Amino acid sequence: MIRAARIFAALLLLAGPATAQEEVVMGLSQDEVAITTAFDGSNILIFGAIRRETPIPEVPIDVIVAIEGPSTPLTVRRKDRKFGIWVNDAALNIRSAPSFYAVATTGPLDEVLLPFQDRRYDISVPRAIRAADGETETADTAAFVEALIRIRTEEDLYQHLEGAVTVDQDTLFQTEIALPANLTEGRYRTRIFLVREGKVISYFQKSITVRKVGLERFLFNLSRQQPLIYGLMSLAIAVIAGWAASAAFRLLQRN
Amino acid sequence: MHIYLPVAEVSVNLFLLLGLGGMVGVLSGMFGVGGGFLITPLLFFVGIPPAVAVATSANQIVASSVSALFAHLKRRNVDLRMGVTLQAGGLAGAALGVYIFNMLKQLGQVDLLVQLCYVLFLGVIGALMFIESVNAIRHAKAGTRRKPRKRHGWVHTMPLRVRFRVSGLYISVIPPLLVGFFVGILSAVMGVGGGFIMVPAMIYILHMPTKVVVGTSLFQITLVAGMTTVMHAVSSQTVDTVLAVLLILGGVIGAQLGTRLGMYLRAEQLRVLLALLVLAVCFKIALDLTLTPSEPYSITEMRLP
Repeated sequence: MIRAARIFAALLLLAGPATAQEEVVMGLSQDEVAITTAFDGSNILIFGAIRRETPIPEVPIDVIVAIEGPSTPLTVRRKDRKFGIWVNDAALNIRSAPSFYAVATTGPLDEVLLPFQDRRYDISVPRAIRAADGETETADTAAFVEALIRIRTEEDLYQHLEGAVTVDQDTLFQTEIALPANLTEGRYRTRIFLVREGKVISYFQKSITVRKVGLERFLFNLSRQQPLIYGLMSLAIAVIAGWAASAAFRLLQRN
Repeated sequence: MHIYLPVAEVSVNLFLLLGLGGMVGVLSGMFGVGGGFLITPLLFFVGIPPAVAVATSANQIVASSVSALFAHLKRRNVDLRMGVTLQAGGLAGAALGVYIFNMLKQLGQVDLLVQLCYVLFLGVIGALMFIESVNAIRHAKAGTRRKPRKRHGWVHTMPLRVRFRVSGLYISVIPPLLVGFFVGILSAVMGVGGGFIMVPAMIYILHMPTKVVVGTSLFQITLVAGMTTVMHAVSSQTVDTVLAVLLILGGVIGAQLGTRLGMYLRAEQLRVLLALLVLAVCFKIALDLTLTPSEPYSITEMRLP
């Protein structure tokens, strides 16, 4: 009986050594981002410690932090020249792409992480995009996905922050990620991976909620839930503003 | 100073938006155009999503044209009977226009159609107006009295004649209805109030006096844009009130200034300026179509069901 228990305990250790020995304890400077009228982007500080029961191993540890905004399907179109003018020609439907994606690492991603581990955990930006439904898979697919990443990277919606995570004494880590002003509402999945020799040994996940508050929230909800009232309200504001300006100018002129 | 727009979901500089609204307001008051053909491309340029830009500029046009309309009503420069007649044709035209628009959307080339429409109509109207008004100015300078405009064209041979007192016309209702219908189609397809087509049509086809044309066009634009705003708010939910209010704030002030500015200029000079403006926008869109784009790819986000 005692022997059986020992074997069981040994098996447990063999099965999950990676997760058991080193774990992430994580903190966020804020787990809710409120979009107010004056919202102009937000910096999020992600920090934490590595908890371990064993001595620090020889090989240094790498940390990867990934923040992923809500995904939507989208279409990427390419313009081609026809009859002397540029028109939308070829298009690729992308099943799902995150509206925001930032990956911060301790070093160059392809050195920190082995490709098969990336495929398993979907960490790098291209892995976060679900490109095709199979039928549209052509040689061109890569070019369209590349274009999507290029355009969103320029808008700071996709961020490749290599070397942005600092690790102190193989135990404490921290990084800062700037969320741009054009954020979509929703839950932003934040994942932290501990990586050694290119393999993920432990990971931790938490979500940041991005939501509109106050007037922003009221107007947005009204436009979705009571579109007719919202439309008439917009119209009334326009008419009143137009009339008021006209009246104000007449008063000014009289004086 | 930036402000976050709740429906557009972007953060844009406050003063940039006020300035844009003001600029377009001045033009609206001066020429009697709603300014949709200017503000919509300008909003694309500052990073507002196209669908929101089209719908919100309709809302802004209501305010700036109402503001200018009151100024014109005070001076009795609005032919209400003509406005209502044009509007009746416009409603039917807009319905057909929306149908054409949706048909082309299914074919996937609606952007191209809109751009080609812009180039064609802005180019032709701008060029015609420019030539006509430059000739008028030359005649005025040379001191030669210009031949008075023909008062009896094909417009006067049709039945159902009605007296339009403010315009001093006694013509058939069919030409105004047709003009309204045609402009209605175009405004639905191009997403504009249609003032830049309506104004020359009233001058050259209906032979209305220039003084009355601007006020009457504003009256008609107000109704069209008001309907479009509510339609967009209900069907596509892309009207951004915060964006509209900012554009309106700049726009209503601009429109008042424009109306007064317009009084210092002679009708021909006003027309030359409008012609140049129309041609400039036409040229810009034509360039976009023919020059190699710096980024040939574009992203269209689809909403989750």
